[in-house]
Amino acid sequence: MRTVLLRLLGALPALAGVILVTFLLTRVLPGDTASYFAGPAASAESIAQIRAELGLDRPLPEQFFRYVAALARGDLGMSLTTGQPVLADLTARLPASVELTLAALLVAMGIAIPLGILAAVKQGSWADHLCRIVVTAGVSLPVFFTGLLLVYVFYFILGWSPAPLGRLDAFASAPPTVTGLYLVDSLLASDIETFRAAAAQMALPVATLGLFALAPIARISRGSMLAVLSADFVRTARASGLSPRHVILTYAFRNAMLPVLTTLGMVFSFLLGANVLVEKVFAWPGVGSYAVEALIASDFAPVQGFVLTMAILYVLLNLGIDLLYGLIDPRARMGA
Amino acid sequence: MSITDTTPRVPLLDLRDLTVEFATRAGPVQAVRRVSLQMMKGETVGIVGESGSGKSVTSYAVMRILDRAGRIAEGSIVFSGMPLQAAPETAMRDLRGREISMIFQNPRAALNPIRTVGRQIEDVMLRHGQATRQTARARAVEMLEQVRIVRAAERYHAYPFELSGGMCQRIVIALALACRPQLLIADEPTTGLDVTTQKTVMELVTELTRVRGMSTLLITHDLGLAAAYCDRVVVMQRGQVVEDAASGTIFRAPAHPYTRRLLRATPRPGAGLRDLLPEGAPAGEPVQAPPPDAPPLLEVTRLVKAYPRPLTASWWKRGAAEPPVRAVDGISFAIRRGESVGLVGESGCGKSTTSTMLMRLIDRTEGSIRFDGQEIGDIPPRAFTRSPLRARIQMVFQDPSDSLNPRYTAERAIADPILRLGGRAARAGLRARCEELAGLVGLPVELLGRLPHQLSGGQKARVGIARAIALNPDLVILDEPTAALDVSVQAVVLNLLQDLKARLGMSYLFVSHDLHVVRLLCDRVIVMRSGRIVEQGLTAEVMQHPRHDYTRELLAAAPEPP
Repeated sequence: MRTVLLRLLGALPALAGVILVTFLLTRVLPGDTASYFAGPAASAESIAQIRAELGLDRPLPEQFFRYVAALARGDLGMSLTTGQPVLADLTARLPASVELTLAALLVAMGIAIPLGILAAVKQGSWADHLCRIVVTAGVSLPVFFTGLLLVYVFYFILGWSPAPLGRLDAFASAPPTVTGLYLVDSLLASDIETFRAAAAQMALPVATLGLFALAPIARISRGSMLAVLSADFVRTARASGLSPRHVILTYAFRNAMLPVLTTLGMVFSFLLGANVLVEKVFAWPGVGSYAVEALIASDFAPVQGFVLTMAILYVLLNLGIDLLYGLIDPRARMGA
Repeated sequence: MSITDTTPRVPLLDLRDLTVEFATRAGPVQAVRRVSLQMMKGETVGIVGESGSGKSVTSYAVMRILDRAGRIAEGSIVFSGMPLQAAPETAMRDLRGREISMIFQNPRAALNPIRTVGRQIEDVMLRHGQATRQTARARAVEMLEQVRIVRAAERYHAYPFELSGGMCQRIVIALALACRPQLLIADEPTTGLDVTTQKTVMELVTELTRVRGMSTLLITHDLGLAAAYCDRVVVMQRGQVVEDAASGTIFRAPAHPYTRRLLRATPRPGAGLRDLLPEGAPAGEPVQAPPPDAPPLLEVTRLVKAYPRPLTASWWKRGAAEPPVRAVDGISFAIRRGESVGLVGESGCGKSTTSTMLMRLIDRTEGSIRFDGQEIGDIPPRAFTRSPLRARIQMVFQDPSDSLNPRYTAERAIADPILRLGGRAARAGLRARCEELAGLVGLPVELLGRLPHQLSGGQKARVGIARAIALNPDLVILDEPTAALDVSVQAVVLNLLQDLKARLGMSYLFVSHDLHVVRLLCDRVIVMRSGRIVEQGLTAEVMQHPRHDYTRELLAAAPEPP
């Protein structure tokens, strides 16, 4: 428990850095918020007035100080495009992104880890070749391209999937909010109809993101499994007559998972980046598309809020991975 | 032979014309060629050979755990009446661990790092129906007690990284004996362990197998070890059996020339350095002791290296932590010009820390290191690389393969110190100097263009030595330079080192765990234990009249042939 607290404390300087850097970056970006909102026909006075209202006419250090003071109160500022508090916008949209990313990660792990292991255990077999093809494809196809391709094939030509327009089609209503994840919420409300509708909407974006995440996970699984299979202790296990199943699952697999776990953290951060594109392609109402729109409109507060949220998510995820690592590897527990 | 013994005894293990092939890019290579070997029940047989002799491959073939590229090409393996060479994999799986089991070299790596040792023993017993889920725990603890693990019930929960190398080997033995197999194959079971640990491990194996009436196949490169613990010794060379005789016979009257050569090359009491070379080899210059009044080259006084304890407490309590570990705890000694001094001790005694400090690769905590009258302990390692003294203290490293840059040719490796430290003048005659050095260490000049993986172990050792002497150093620190070499190569390299010293007038600090090897080369020895010097003196005196109990223990631990 103390380890967790220590780790969270250790993440504070990094978060402070993120706050400072995003603040400065949004200020040095070209584009003037005040004149953007005043509209093209605005007079110089009205622009100056808006600037004063937003506090943009004050010196940078003071602006930063006000921003941090507001942050401390849990106030992320107002979005000028939506007219809502950024915090409210983010809490409304974050579950959509989280659902998409987690689902993609789970799908990718569910396919990539068994595939990588199979490829390592049966080197040169069909599984090995399939693994190689998947890895190459996943690395070489950009996310927006796979997204569009999937939409073209499964929606436009085959008509199997619903229109790529958000989390639910226009006629369905969202399940009562518990976690904000539609799949989970609809199951909690035992609303199979909504569950199916939400799953159908998710299938294509999840496949797009999943394909992207598949490649690194499959590659590392195969590589680390190969290394472990040639380790001395696997030879000992085989020489003791343990069954191949036992050798592969209990002896090799758990050891091979250690590098995979480390990679997962990295893959997750890639996914956060790729999310922005996928949300655009599928009109997904997540935080990624929200942040991009805000950025184009020179709307600072949402951008800062978005980056901060992602940083916190990333810190939490890495903490989770480290704790899991300690659970698997007793040697990591010692050092913690 | 008594009358009741007239019924022909069936061997427990019967190998006939066993040939094992490995598929390589250059076509099939026979690692084992037409090996025949019979073992009776209760018999202990040693297979002795140098690296590449096929001794390990033979045992893997018996277990049928050859890797993907290897296959049994010819011959038969019969184990208590069952042919194994074509037995189905499922049958082999039942046999492994229950009837035939194996102990490996490098025990720590042979255990699953993230499973408790108790569970690993249980796995084997459950697999072969030697225990049920209810009794497994008790049986595993019982096994741990049998291999003399103290506080066995507690150690049941230990992970391999929490145990010493010797303890890990006992766990591996427990694993191998858990199902009371009939045949135990021990593949270099003591290589890499300290001599005193070696002795206890071998005695444990002998005792446990004798009580159970088991047969043991001991695979080793050490003829002395095999002769001390085996009834019969089989000598292998390049995949073939060249001699098979009772251990007493093989020592008294070795029949095959290769056995004779191996025997000669093995360091043993009473044999000098030159005695290790094959008969008729050109004798080097006579071994001379340095004049006793030679000036000291290196003086070490009350040298200490302390490391902070690993972080166990939380960071805010660190101030009150336990005192730091003193890896080297106030040692004093001197090396005179032209003298060679042995530094002996077991792993963790601080001998490597000492040599690294003398090389000025790490800082000392306290004490002084005076080299040729100058205090060098004060110079930080980073600055020492630019000191003119850097060229005068050089080192030969333990592993001749790992200490060479795999992308450098032999010539480039030898030239490296000259290019870095030799100045412009030395660079002019670089090629000539490299050839001269190659000549000095007996490396054929045509091999200079080769990369490390194209050289043999002995050739790599020569490159390492040539590199160390390239700048005509005054002091060479030899860190177990022969530990990774076969005995016959070791004999040649040790003789080479002796000749070089006589010709170039260098001093040596020979760091080793093996008193019998140190004795051959060194005028004086220093025995270290837990960071302190327990005894130092002239080699002959220390060997014949050891004063400290620990030195006696070290001397007694070396295996003694019958």
